[in-house]
Amino acid sequence: MPILVIAEHDNLNLKTFSLNTINAASKIDTDLHVLVAGNKCENVSKAAASIPLVKKVLQSESVNYENYLAENLTPLIVKLADKYTHIIASANTFGKNFMPRVAALLDISQVSDVTKIISPDTFMRPIYAGNAFATVKSNDKKKCVTIRPTSFDPAPTSGGSSTIEKIDAVDTPNVSKFIKKEETKSERPELGTARVVISGGRGMQSGENFKLINAIADKLNAAVGASRAAVDAGYISNDHQVGQTGKVVVPDLYIAVGISGAIQHLAGMKESKIIVAINKDGEAPIFSIADYGLEADLFEALPQFLEELNKLNTIQK
Amino acid sequence: MKILVAVKRVIDYNVQIRVKEDGSGVQTDNVKMSTNPPDDNAVEEAVKLRESGKVKEVVAITVGEEKAQETVRKALAVGADRGIHIKTENYIEPLGVAKILKKIVEKEKPDLIFMGKQAIDDDCNQTGQMLSAMLGWSQGTFASKVELKEKSTQITREVDEGLETIEINLPAIVTCDLRLNEPRYASLPNIMKAKKKPIEQLIAKDLGVDIANRIQQLKVEEPPKRKGGVKVANVAELVSKLKNEAKVI
Repeated sequence: MPILVIAEHDNLNLKTFSLNTINAASKIDTDLHVLVAGNKCENVSKAAASIPLVKKVLQSESVNYENYLAENLTPLIVKLADKYTHIIASANTFGKNFMPRVAALLDISQVSDVTKIISPDTFMRPIYAGNAFATVKSNDKKKCVTIRPTSFDPAPTSGGSSTIEKIDAVDTPNVSKFIKKEETKSERPELGTARVVISGGRGMQSGENFKLINAIADKLNAAVGASRAAVDAGYISNDHQVGQTGKVVVPDLYIAVGISGAIQHLAGMKESKIIVAINKDGEAPIFSIADYGLEADLFEALPQFLEELNKLNTIQK
Repeated sequence: MKILVAVKRVIDYNVQIRVKEDGSGVQTDNVKMSTNPPDDNAVEEAVKLRESGKVKEVVAITVGEEKAQETVRKALAVGADRGIHIKTENYIEPLGVAKILKKIVEKEKPDLIFMGKQAIDDDCNQTGQMLSAMLGWSQGTFASKVELKEKSTQITREVDEGLETIEINLPAIVTCDLRLNEPRYASLPNIMKAKKKPIEQLIAKDLGVDIANRIQQLKVEEPPKRKGGVKVANVAELVSKLKNEAKVI
């Protein structure tokens, strides 16, 4: 029996994390189907069909699927589940929202936030904010699994040509209504997939001061992150939060500025390849995991940092 | 209107977790325990709604061993009216917890159920959504704002792209983000008063639901250690190392 990945998209484009999730899922079984449920989402189906790892695309269209409200999406997935051994989605706010509903209706104990596929029924996942890793075996016949996208490389996007099968939408409960989404538009790379991330914490002291971070982000083509303290203080919006209950990032370079390094923040960034910490408190826990720590006043260090970067002839993009 | 708030007892968020040497789990002996942080936000929101007059009663519930009662007692001390403790012998997966809660919901018939969006121990992020599906209710997950109306509630959700607003019909389940509100501290007189508020205790296995765990924990291990702690003298050295040693810029 094949496995089913639920695609995340905005009815026009497939979201990048779906590619990471498809790649992870292909390690469970290569007979991999993708469900594209949405409204006027033909483009997304075509994008999914051109991924070589995908064997078949199921497309189901309805206005009720447009904003993927979990209550409306769940009955469709539950109906399809009969024909699949695994139902898989990304462990981001998309997959986390509906997958437990699917699992509950199928009477399955879900395996959340998988970072390693050991076998089709055995997975590794972080617990306690990544301070421990559990290897777990699911004894349910069918599995519901969410994948931590940043733990897997994205699947290649071209070369495939799988069939697109149109399937009927099913009745939806319509107990909830989408009103609006306020997206933070940015010219910078996405936080979850950026090669370089520079984050500010409470030490920034104000939202205005994030301009120091932004200038360096522009120079390094980096995404801008933040600690929960900085978001709570209103310096920056919630979609920038890195940590246990925010986003998990794994960039080549992570620069933490004015962040002390609470375990909840470390949970979101400590797998980064190179970590830099800039903090005036030499005892801050962030230094214990930083490859390069600079004990300095950030208001002096950041302008100097920009100046030094400007002196370099080339900067990797 | 009546709100049921579910709370969980977990290792305190400030405690440095230690993995047991035999790989069977993490150390919980002599470790400080407290209420799962976003569950405090759930209690606070429910109590605020009761204080505003829109809600008549707030019932706090927990599923866990004997000492889990402390979390209900804390909810009572900050304003919940009464408590329920479903006693269990061991760890129960979110699926089992949701089944237990469903059983209680059928008896209590609340209009709203609040709980934290995620427990900081197993990091599952499942129970609220599971319970909502089992009851056939609507859900508002990762809520940072709740506006209660007569037959519905408007929820602002923290999602990856920013903020999403939805309106969900009652009865509904709301899972709370840490930014929903600022949980209050219990005053000493209220802690004393809470000792007199009733907590009904029920035994999980007497409820007649299948709470057997389906997931076997084979091994728990520590994450790979990072070799950190190297300091650089100044910004010039930092940039030089990033360029020439780490080769990341």
